[in-house]
Amino acid sequence: MSFLAKHPKIVQFAFLLAAFFLLCLSISPSETNYLWRLPPLLKQLPGIINDSVRYLMFDWMPINVYDPIIEDYEEKPLFREMTRTVSGTFLFVINFVREIFLGGNKTVVAFTSWDFVNEYPWARWPALPWTVITGWAIILGYKLQGRGLAVLAGVCTMFIAIFGQWKPSMETLSFVLIAAPVSVILGLLLGIWAYKSRFVEATLNPLLNVAQTMPHYSYLVPVIVLFGVGDHAAAIATIVFATPPMVRLTLLGLKKVPADVMESGMMSGCNGWQMMFRVLIPTARRDILIGVNQVVMQCLAMTVIAAFIGAQGLGSNLLIALNSLRIGTGIEIGVCIVLIAVVLDKMSLAWANKQTDYFADLSFVQRHRYALMALAVFLAGSVLAFIGSFLFREGFNYLYIVPHNKGITTAPFWQTTVDWIWDTFFYTLKGFNEFLITSILVPMRDMYLGMPVAATFLLMMGTGYILAGFRSALIIGGFLLFIALSEYWDRALITAYMASFSVIVSAVLGIILGSLCAQSTIASRMILLVCDFLQTFPSFIYLIPVIMLFGITDTSVIIATIVYATVPATRYTVEGLRSVPPVLHDAGSMLGVSRLQRWISIELPLAFPHIMLGVNQTVIFALFMVIIGAFIGTTDLGQLILKAISDPQGTGVGLTLGLCVAFIGLAVDQMIRTWANERKKALDMN
Amino acid sequence: MSSQEPPAGAGQAIIRCESVYKIFGNNAGQMLMDSEGVVDSRKFLEAGLVVGVNDVSFEVHEGELLVIMGLSGSGKSTLLRCISRLTDATAGKIYVEGLDLLALNHRQLIELRRSKMGMVFQNFGLLPHKTVLENIAFPLQVKGVSTRESVKRAMEMVHLVGLDGRENYFPRELSGGQQQRVGIARSLAVEPDIWFLDEPFSALDPLIRKEMQDEFLRLQGVLGKTILFVTHDFDEALRLADRIAIMKDGIVEQLDTPANIVLNPATEYVRRFTEDVPREKVLRVESVMDPVDASEVPGDLRVPKDAIIESVAEEILGQEKQVAVVDPDDRVVGTLHSSHVLKVLFGGRTGKDGET
Repeated sequence: MSFLAKHPKIVQFAFLLAAFFLLCLSISPSETNYLWRLPPLLKQLPGIINDSVRYLMFDWMPINVYDPIIEDYEEKPLFREMTRTVSGTFLFVINFVREIFLGGNKTVVAFTSWDFVNEYPWARWPALPWTVITGWAIILGYKLQGRGLAVLAGVCTMFIAIFGQWKPSMETLSFVLIAAPVSVILGLLLGIWAYKSRFVEATLNPLLNVAQTMPHYSYLVPVIVLFGVGDHAAAIATIVFATPPMVRLTLLGLKKVPADVMESGMMSGCNGWQMMFRVLIPTARRDILIGVNQVVMQCLAMTVIAAFIGAQGLGSNLLIALNSLRIGTGIEIGVCIVLIAVVLDKMSLAWANKQTDYFADLSFVQRHRYALMALAVFLAGSVLAFIGSFLFREGFNYLYIVPHNKGITTAPFWQTTVDWIWDTFFYTLKGFNEFLITSILVPMRDMYLGMPVAATFLLMMGTGYILAGFRSALIIGGFLLFIALSEYWDRALITAYMASFSVIVSAVLGIILGSLCAQSTIASRMILLVCDFLQTFPSFIYLIPVIMLFGITDTSVIIATIVYATVPATRYTVEGLRSVPPVLHDAGSMLGVSRLQRWISIELPLAFPHIMLGVNQTVIFALFMVIIGAFIGTTDLGQLILKAISDPQGTGVGLTLGLCVAFIGLAVDQMIRTWANERKKALDMN
Repeated sequence: MSSQEPPAGAGQAIIRCESVYKIFGNNAGQMLMDSEGVVDSRKFLEAGLVVGVNDVSFEVHEGELLVIMGLSGSGKSTLLRCISRLTDATAGKIYVEGLDLLALNHRQLIELRRSKMGMVFQNFGLLPHKTVLENIAFPLQVKGVSTRESVKRAMEMVHLVGLDGRENYFPRELSGGQQQRVGIARSLAVEPDIWFLDEPFSALDPLIRKEMQDEFLRLQGVLGKTILFVTHDFDEALRLADRIAIMKDGIVEQLDTPANIVLNPATEYVRRFTEDVPREKVLRVESVMDPVDASEVPGDLRVPKDAIIESVAEEILGQEKQVAVVDPDDRVVGTLHSSHVLKVLFGGRTGKDGET
């Protein structure tokens, strides 16, 4: 009795569950019963969105534009002209960077015309030999950090060249080199603006929330409508996706600047500009840098998804390989993406941590030694390429460019491995697969679909109320209502079932793994490194090995999701447990608790709020992955979003679906975050 | 409030505050207008307003070191922030070298800070991404001084505060005392006339604090700035101050020389601070001596009038006769009898003999 009195929430929860099951049993499934399913009142929403976008694109604010072809002014809608200008600019810049790496004539065309280029075939930009770019990467790595990064950069670029992925890699790189800086600058500016104005912050916050929980696919549809298909559209979708974390972290960093530092800047006589760029931003550098890092990672994560709307490079090759089940090629491409991600990650961090030396009294050669080395590498590489043109008179000049898919390839090896796995473990894998699907997944799915809408509302809002209060319950109700009134409630339930199954497994795995590793300092550091490393993998990469093992099934998606979503759960568990003050460990030891007792009664309760924030992340990660899993054929919201991409009327549908997914995430987020923050405050664990 | 008069020989008023108020909260200005200058902080608190500074007026003179002393929440730091205009006073006038501070626009304020003011902060306020040298050179660089010139000047400052050899360290690599030395050097880099110090030594360990106070007195001996020094440590205030302003709930309870505060506390609140103060460590011979009495012949011992009593007590107690007190020019300005010294040493603790 006293136990129940002490934990009123458990009693409340028990009543809630009882009411939930009662509702489940008493409400009969029927189309007309509104307690079973709400009517799709928001059915018109996708259409309305479509119409507004079309109006905006084709009818709104016509302006007179001079058209050189018909030599007259023509009436054109303002918005479309604007998006076209943006598209054109992006396309030009991307091509420009791309041609620096790979050569081509599109930049020349931009200043002249196709006729000119056709007439004078010499009018094209030559590609840089891969040896030069490799050399430059090594020099850059050395300049930024030293030998370690130089070796890493060298090995990675050489790997890419030798394995014949040079061209698509450079295409991807040129795309990232445009999207990332634009996202960083945009995010920085928005972050500063939000810092300056509370109104902007309040407006931006919900937008950022939605933007960060919308699945990647949903960005693609409106971007196609507004900007068309191609590298520029992919870049824009990527920027929209990668900017929110930058805004968040900039704002967070600026807010964390100590008052003393700010006042000292003011008393040093800084004007507004100096204050922002010489005091606030450098002091907030750590957080801003994490932001830059996130942007780079998001850009690479998008390379594959952006391939759906025409981004060239590794991403589209990977899609093709996976579509035709060429796992070996897929693995090679995946490794290249990961390598680029790792190198860019390390370089961006090293660049930001670099210090200037004011005292070095250097000669001209010393001061410009890196530039001179780069020049030397350029000359040497060019000469080498020139020599190569004599050596490889027949076929390809390997000292200039290793052509696509003409390098060494390990694909046959992987293919054999896959075949071997299939031959050897076929029955084991199939058995496991069937067991999982028939005994767990299908029953669980039927259970979810068998929930009356009233019961779902009761369960979610009730849990929200118990954990986080009345306000949170209302917010959660609002999110659910949107989904329930759209046409996609059933689909959303399927998404929810896949995500929740993965979340449960991931959370359990992550908490166990994290707790084990947190027992030792070295193990903690190791596992955090592993988490860092795994987080640099674009999410699509996780699909490769599971398709290899389980083929194209729900099992593959769920296992990929579990692996992907275990990362944040583990990380937060380790962080949470490690942040328990050591004095409490000592106090526990002096009270004579055993390790297990210490874990259960001291560490876990204190770290639990932070661990729950990890579970929150796990939910978002799982949702993302489940939606991406639509690519290999699931039947949830993701499948519909994927369909919307190829549908000219897809904007409204795609956005509505995206919002549904985002709202599932946000409902959970609202519940857990509010609870965890309050709990953290109560435990004084901030 | 006893003596608002400047000590004899002080220069002109560099900082002048007239009825300065600082009230936090919405609609503070309106509330203040309605109350017509008589602010009851309790009543304001009920209306959701916090009174930081309440009707404060004083002057600081050239080369003077004024210490603002008060416990946390007394409004001392707020007052300092009003005078450095890190926050804007709700009402009142503040003049810095005759300039109406509150009337300055943003540009003029920046100009003033770049040329006339330096400030040291409790938690140092060093820029974490800059080295010691860069931190010190920073105020010069934002002013537009060339890199070469500012680095040269910063090196002089590094030398002044005794951090030679550490100019390429980052703040995080320094101890608290060393970090505050950087803060001091930075605040002095532009050669300000007015020096604000906001609890500069409060974050330091007691031994380091003592060392930094000595260092500060040495610097002040060399530089002779006009100083506003905020502290919650009464001993520190006594040790450093030319005059002390004791604040409570935003009001200046007493503003006077350390000796006068110890001898004649104006209010009960001030008296509670002074009762445990060892007087011989605070009082100077000057403040307890008798006027020259021609009828008595003083002994051979001569003590300077600004000597702290503790430092000369043993010698005086060994004398039978009265001791001559002399000024720096060796003229006799008063006499002191050993019985008087005994009274200072042992008589004052009960607090009853106000006539010490």
